[in-house]
Amino acid sequence: MATATIDSPDTHDDHDEHHATSTGISNTKLAMWTFLGSECLLFGGLISTYLLYKTRRGPGPDNTAIPTDIFDIPFTSVSSFVLLMSSLTMVLALSALTRGDNAATRAWLLSTAMLGSVFIGGQVYEFTGFIREGVGFTHNPASSAFFTLTGFHGVHVSLGILMLMSLYVASKQGKLTPKHTETVEIVGLYWHFVDVVWIFIFTVIYLIPVD
Amino acid sequence: MAIIEEPLALTSGEAATAERPLGGLTRPQGGNGWRDWLSTVDHKKIGIMYGVSAMFFFVVGGIEALLIRWQLAAPEGQLLSAEVYNQVFTMHGVTMVFLFIMPLAAAFANYLIPLQIGARDVAFPRLNALSFWIWISGAIFLNSSWIVGGGGADCGWFCYSPNSGLAFSPSHGVDFYAIGLQIAGIASLLGAVNLIVTVLNMRAPGMSLFRMPILTWMLLVTQFLLLFALPVITVALFLLMFDRLFDAQFFNPATGGDPLLWQHLFWIFGHPEVYIIILPSFGIISEIIPTFSRKPIFGYSFMVFSGIAIGFMGWGVWAHHMFVSGIGPFSVAAFSLSTMFIAVPTGVKILNWLATMWGGKLLFSTPMLFAVGAVAMFTIGGLSGVTHALAPADTQQTDTYYIVAHFHYVIFGGGVLGLMGGLYFWWPKIFGHMLNETWGKVHFWIMLIGFNLTFGPMHVLGLQGMSRRIDTYSPGFGFELWNMVATIGAFIIALSVLVFFYNVWRSRRDAPNLPAPGPDPWDARSLEWMIPSPTPEHNFDEVPLVESEDEWWHRKYGYDENKRVVRIATIEEVAQDGSAEGVHLPAPSFWPLVLALGLPLIGYGLIFNLWLCVLGGALTGLALYSWALEPVDDPDADHGHDDHHDDDDGGDDDAAEPEAVTSGAEGGE
Repeated sequence: MATATIDSPDTHDDHDEHHATSTGISNTKLAMWTFLGSECLLFGGLISTYLLYKTRRGPGPDNTAIPTDIFDIPFTSVSSFVLLMSSLTMVLALSALTRGDNAATRAWLLSTAMLGSVFIGGQVYEFTGFIREGVGFTHNPASSAFFTLTGFHGVHVSLGILMLMSLYVASKQGKLTPKHTETVEIVGLYWHFVDVVWIFIFTVIYLIPVD
Repeated sequence: MAIIEEPLALTSGEAATAERPLGGLTRPQGGNGWRDWLSTVDHKKIGIMYGVSAMFFFVVGGIEALLIRWQLAAPEGQLLSAEVYNQVFTMHGVTMVFLFIMPLAAAFANYLIPLQIGARDVAFPRLNALSFWIWISGAIFLNSSWIVGGGGADCGWFCYSPNSGLAFSPSHGVDFYAIGLQIAGIASLLGAVNLIVTVLNMRAPGMSLFRMPILTWMLLVTQFLLLFALPVITVALFLLMFDRLFDAQFFNPATGGDPLLWQHLFWIFGHPEVYIIILPSFGIISEIIPTFSRKPIFGYSFMVFSGIAIGFMGWGVWAHHMFVSGIGPFSVAAFSLSTMFIAVPTGVKILNWLATMWGGKLLFSTPMLFAVGAVAMFTIGGLSGVTHALAPADTQQTDTYYIVAHFHYVIFGGGVLGLMGGLYFWWPKIFGHMLNETWGKVHFWIMLIGFNLTFGPMHVLGLQGMSRRIDTYSPGFGFELWNMVATIGAFIIALSVLVFFYNVWRSRRDAPNLPAPGPDPWDARSLEWMIPSPTPEHNFDEVPLVESEDEWWHRKYGYDENKRVVRIATIEEVAQDGSAEGVHLPAPSFWPLVLALGLPLIGYGLIFNLWLCVLGGALTGLALYSWALEPVDDPDADHGHDDHHDDDDGGDDDAAEPEAVTSGAEGGE
């Protein structure tokens, strides 16, 4: 950017020496990979909890319904497809920025965020439907585990949307240039991770039949 | 902070102006006094703050321990009611583990990792400050439950369900436990990401992984354990919090919940946690023993790989905490076996320390006394650990004072003694003066004797059948003598801690009249000793080129034609003099502190009034975006080089992006 500064010779050496990291991967990217490694265990714990509790209906005649009794697989399949497509648009955003096509970058960033929002909208719709049918968060262990697992994922997607929109605003202000492809790439890492996690969650909750 | 140079005029004649991305935001200048500490991003100051706070909580946890021992000194103790006793032993455990040993290890990690790998700071200096502020706000939040939460948590440090449920623990203590540990966990997670990236990415030229000092290696393994263990306890704490505050149905057996789920989640975190506590101490011991034996560490690669092996195997032994939970004979057999196996890499380490000392010119200065004491005490704790790897024996021992004796020998004997040795060893590097040797030795011997008097008798009490966590006992079980001995021992430990504080005060008072320690008072081996004491703000004048393991030692010593070690240079000849100027350092920032203040507000909000969450969330969000948008450096300073800092935040998911955008400003030069 237009930072006007003059380098004194002695700091110059530092500069060159230090910008090369020991692994060759930039600090930020390595940090994101490390963080995502930690996230695997977070979702691992939540998925295990759901697997343990998925058929626990709780006592009493009123508490018998569990999420797997009432969910709508075709509906969630569609919203899963929408989320997966957002990974494609994320890649297209990165590719557009690499080419220096700012308008296309913004368009693809926005569509990624929109697809994510559609997914979140679908989740809100599903949650309200469940609650209307009496399967709320506090209903029984199965529903508590269901809402916790999918809720945590939803929060992750929402944070991702926030990041995408921040990128969009930065691009609008002209701060997102081809030099920043790595920033977009790192947000992309997070976004793809959240998508991949959903593949597991969708399989565990919706596709594996419950006895 | 930064040694600032005036911006120079451009050749075009245009005045040099630095960019202010949002116009309004600037980086603080640092200055001096408290502002400097509140806004610092210097890994050394952050390390010192971790250390000082950890020692404060050591005193807090120690007072809780003395209350416990006073209560149990004689039968029918009346000092504490049963309810308060439950809170005191719970908070003693939580404080010592999460607010004393872990942050003291973090102090060493923060201070020493960059120095040992030849770096100017950690990879993300502001994130480092954030870790500290989040940890301390979590620590204060946790302890505030004594005042605003109706008492401390009362469910034991592992807080088994259903004791942790509303039915058995109706006060807010457990809520503070669940949320306070989550906040502290965020701090450790961010710290782990930061330090892993630092070790992997910021090593000096030539510092390959297998030339790193063992301490750095052990701290790296520790950070990986934190990285993967913390999310698991986070899940458990979230479920507990949902149960208690939002009526979820996770752990209530009456509605189909499963208390065993808590036990599994807790110990999948909890056992790696044991290694998180002990490995930093192992690393410190591995630095001290070679220095005072005048020999290189015996079997460097074995030391490294056994540390890594402990890191991996630590994940496969958690259910040995649950042998009596009814997990079934197959699980018990498998975990019994894996627990015995994990003694192997630990034994390798002990043998290597002994082999390092074997034939060495041993010098028993205070750090060496603590290191050898730690090895000896850890060996006792490790052996009693093997006895309850055997499930039938464990069935007899579990929940008795035998277990209490075991884990104090491991954690206090192996962990705390090692960390104390580290304090004596690196004190001159950190503060520029030595701790008094005589008083250091007095400290060591009093602490060692007190420690053994306190925890040795607990083996006997446990085998006699005294169960842990009982608030008192009746006369006539034969518990009287050893309980009294243990109580006397506990007060002797307290005395030794007072001796330590006296030594700190006295050494500081005497320092001006004594010769300065110089860069390398112990004739040590790793890179931190080639720079002046105390460490200059910029660490290294120039980043060293590393050519071997124990680089600093090899700059001082060589071999003659008979392959005998000879001195080739004095310390003064090869040490750096700390005179570099114009080294660009990251500018300070207040936003980490502001961000960290938002989290306890969210915590109080969850417990008392959700509107507070909105306030806390707003503060956190404001701090995140301000952080991201503040200039990467002081805009009035010459920041032609941001040196090596990609000063942004990849670890915190929604901070990552906007921050990275501004950091573009630095890349664009």
